[in-house]
Amino acid sequence: MQNVAIADQPDELHDPQTFITKYVYSQDHKVIAIQYGITAIFVGLVALALSALMRLQLGFPDAFDFIDPSSYLQFVTMHGMIMVIYLLTALLLGGFGNYLIPLMVGARDMVFPFMNMLSFWFYLLSVIVLLASFFVPGGPTGAGWTLYPPQAILPGTPGYDWGIILMLVSLVIFIIAFTMGGLNYVTTVLQARTHGMTLMRMPLTVWGIFTATVLGLLAFPALLVSAIMMMLDKTLGTSFFMPALVSLGESLDYSGGSPVLFQHLFWFFGHPEVYIVALPAFGMVSDVLATHARKNIFGYRMMVWAIVAIGGLSFVVWAHHMYVSGMLPAFGFFFATTTLIIAVPTAIKVYNWVLTLYRGNIHLTVPMLFSIGFIFTFTHGGLTGLFLGNVVIDLPLSDTYFVVAHFHMVMGVSPIMVLFAAIYHWYPLITGKMFDEKLGKIHFWFTFLGTYAIYLPMHYLGFLGVPRRYFAMGSTDFIPESAQSLNASITVSALIVGLSQLIFIYNVFWSLRAGKPAGHNPWEATSLEWQTPDVPPHHGNWGPELPTVYRWAYDYGVPGAEKDFIPQNHPVTESEQTAGEPEER
Amino acid sequence: MTIQTDKSTSYTEPGIEGLVADWSSDKQTFDLPWGKLMMWIFLLSDTFIFSIFLTGYMNVRLSQTDNWPNPSEVFALEIAGQHLPLLLIAIMTFALITSSGTMAMAVNFAYAGNKRKTVILMTITAILGASFVGMQAFEWTKLIVEEGVRPWSNPMGAAQFGSIFFMITGFHGLHVTAGVIYLSIIARKVARGDYEKKGYAIVEITGLYWHFVDLVWVFIFAFFYLW
Repeated sequence: MQNVAIADQPDELHDPQTFITKYVYSQDHKVIAIQYGITAIFVGLVALALSALMRLQLGFPDAFDFIDPSSYLQFVTMHGMIMVIYLLTALLLGGFGNYLIPLMVGARDMVFPFMNMLSFWFYLLSVIVLLASFFVPGGPTGAGWTLYPPQAILPGTPGYDWGIILMLVSLVIFIIAFTMGGLNYVTTVLQARTHGMTLMRMPLTVWGIFTATVLGLLAFPALLVSAIMMMLDKTLGTSFFMPALVSLGESLDYSGGSPVLFQHLFWFFGHPEVYIVALPAFGMVSDVLATHARKNIFGYRMMVWAIVAIGGLSFVVWAHHMYVSGMLPAFGFFFATTTLIIAVPTAIKVYNWVLTLYRGNIHLTVPMLFSIGFIFTFTHGGLTGLFLGNVVIDLPLSDTYFVVAHFHMVMGVSPIMVLFAAIYHWYPLITGKMFDEKLGKIHFWFTFLGTYAIYLPMHYLGFLGVPRRYFAMGSTDFIPESAQSLNASITVSALIVGLSQLIFIYNVFWSLRAGKPAGHNPWEATSLEWQTPDVPPHHGNWGPELPTVYRWAYDYGVPGAEKDFIPQNHPVTESEQTAGEPEER
Repeated sequence: MTIQTDKSTSYTEPGIEGLVADWSSDKQTFDLPWGKLMMWIFLLSDTFIFSIFLTGYMNVRLSQTDNWPNPSEVFALEIAGQHLPLLLIAIMTFALITSSGTMAMAVNFAYAGNKRKTVILMTITAILGASFVGMQAFEWTKLIVEEGVRPWSNPMGAAQFGSIFFMITGFHGLHVTAGVIYLSIIARKVARGDYEKKGYAIVEITGLYWHFVDLVWVFIFAFFYLW
């Protein structure tokens, strides 16, 4: 049965006319993507401000009266939760997923636009509930982004009464939003591709987003269940995660629950979540690298299988977050093994990116700079992951700044480098204007070098044994005094990097008004999203007829071709056929 | 829901080659309407939710030191002085399984284009589902009022018995309730003739959800009442 795209159905073919239907209650995937993007970047800036406050406290303890231990923990928690879920997941999948999937596979829209719209409104609601927790008595929860019970819901942890409840409610709403969007993305990729667009001709961006969405649909259930159970522990006094314990000198009514059960459920979600963030980034960076190196991606098939393999393996490694939680040693062995196996497909991807660059015609544009920056930060973050994946090395390093540096490099900075690359790369398509190249380059160098100024010293602090999440070190004997000056320097770097993001914000808004018109396909890219009749694409994307795809997305520098790129919707010419088949098609 | 049925392409190569052809094919991977595939994927996701609930239940139960109540004692009815273990549950399960049968018949009649019978059978399905929820409410009331089971405590032993029972059967009950509402809406639209042009795949999609809810109940039944 062939389904007809929504915009092709006579009874539904009507362009939105009023401002409200066009920009607010829009069912157009591109508008929804921008709504997702703006909301996500807004909360991301909130989280960035929180990290600046944390760093101020760590770098200059006792200098700021308004940061007390409770508010410090609240900043840590909210920074982590917002960055991982409400910024990265939402921007990569809700933002770029929504914008790029239909355009890249040649569809007119997502398969169920109404549900797609609901997805955004639920996401917005979850963000509002989350931010509301700043204004309730006791403030937001300070349980750490992992929300481990029993401390998360007991007095002594800031926000243990209202903050944690709002946090859990917000997460449940977010999961509903994600599910509605995710079902759309998966079904669109599987069922709504245009003629000629086989799965193995899809750009890697679509592969990355698709696999990440499948991971999300299978991993978020664990978070949903643990959120429901913890909510019942908090509100009804059940004891799923709560053992019998004494709190503030009082014996509590809880008994017989298992805190480790929560950790298992949380990390069964939490580890795939790392790849929900990383896989779309892998995909997008592959496309940006190929386009700006004017060369086909090296080993396309291998890249696809690596994405799928990483996605599958990510479900069997979760307990490597729990080596110190108390586990059968044999499990530690099992999870260390699976963790290290993940390094294989990941390394294949890194090699293929480098080999794509090798002898390419590299254009050092802003998106390219960020993509190359990503290869650096991701390799560094990945290598420290090999340290932490081993039980014996993890035990002394656990809960130190080494871990903080590791996951910030690998799943904080790296996806954000790709996000910047992607925003700069697709900005001309989304807005029809070019951004300012010079400002973009300044932004890149501040961000890239600043990242290293922040996180390299943090690895060293971790080796010294400086524990994470501490409000202040006080007079701790085993930490040398010099650690403090290192902390101060990290803070200064972090503030500079944080402020330099203003350059990016300014560039986005300034170019919107004063940027040069981008025209069609300014990067001379092959993939389908650049071949729309209008830039930016109109409602329905393709005008009267859907494009037909004849080739894969990486025909750069084909011998005998007129230009150094051949768009996917150009038929294969005879001269190409006589020139012989390229390695992949 | 926008379902268009137009049999223009179909892939019927057998074996591994057929699988490869399906997966790498043009346009669509599965020969299914969009809504049906979406429902399958949603159900896969929902399967994970229930599996994790049940895994959590097993973990909690196995790590209990307190006494776990005997299901044939707790879930029994006293009728005319007779002690009848699991009677209510048997009736509930019977109602739900029967509703799966009527749903399957409704799908059959929908594809045959028999609107009247489809609506009648969907209505019966919804009524059976509603009666299931009603009986569950009765069971809950009995547990709470007569046996004194609470989400946070349980006079017969482990407190977790009450918490996990109310949570999982409650979550399943919400699914059934949502299904009853969903069925009623679709039945009404079928009666109005909304799907004359678009085709009746929607009835089958509703049926998928309904069968899933029934299947989940079989597992909940086995793990709570028979273990």
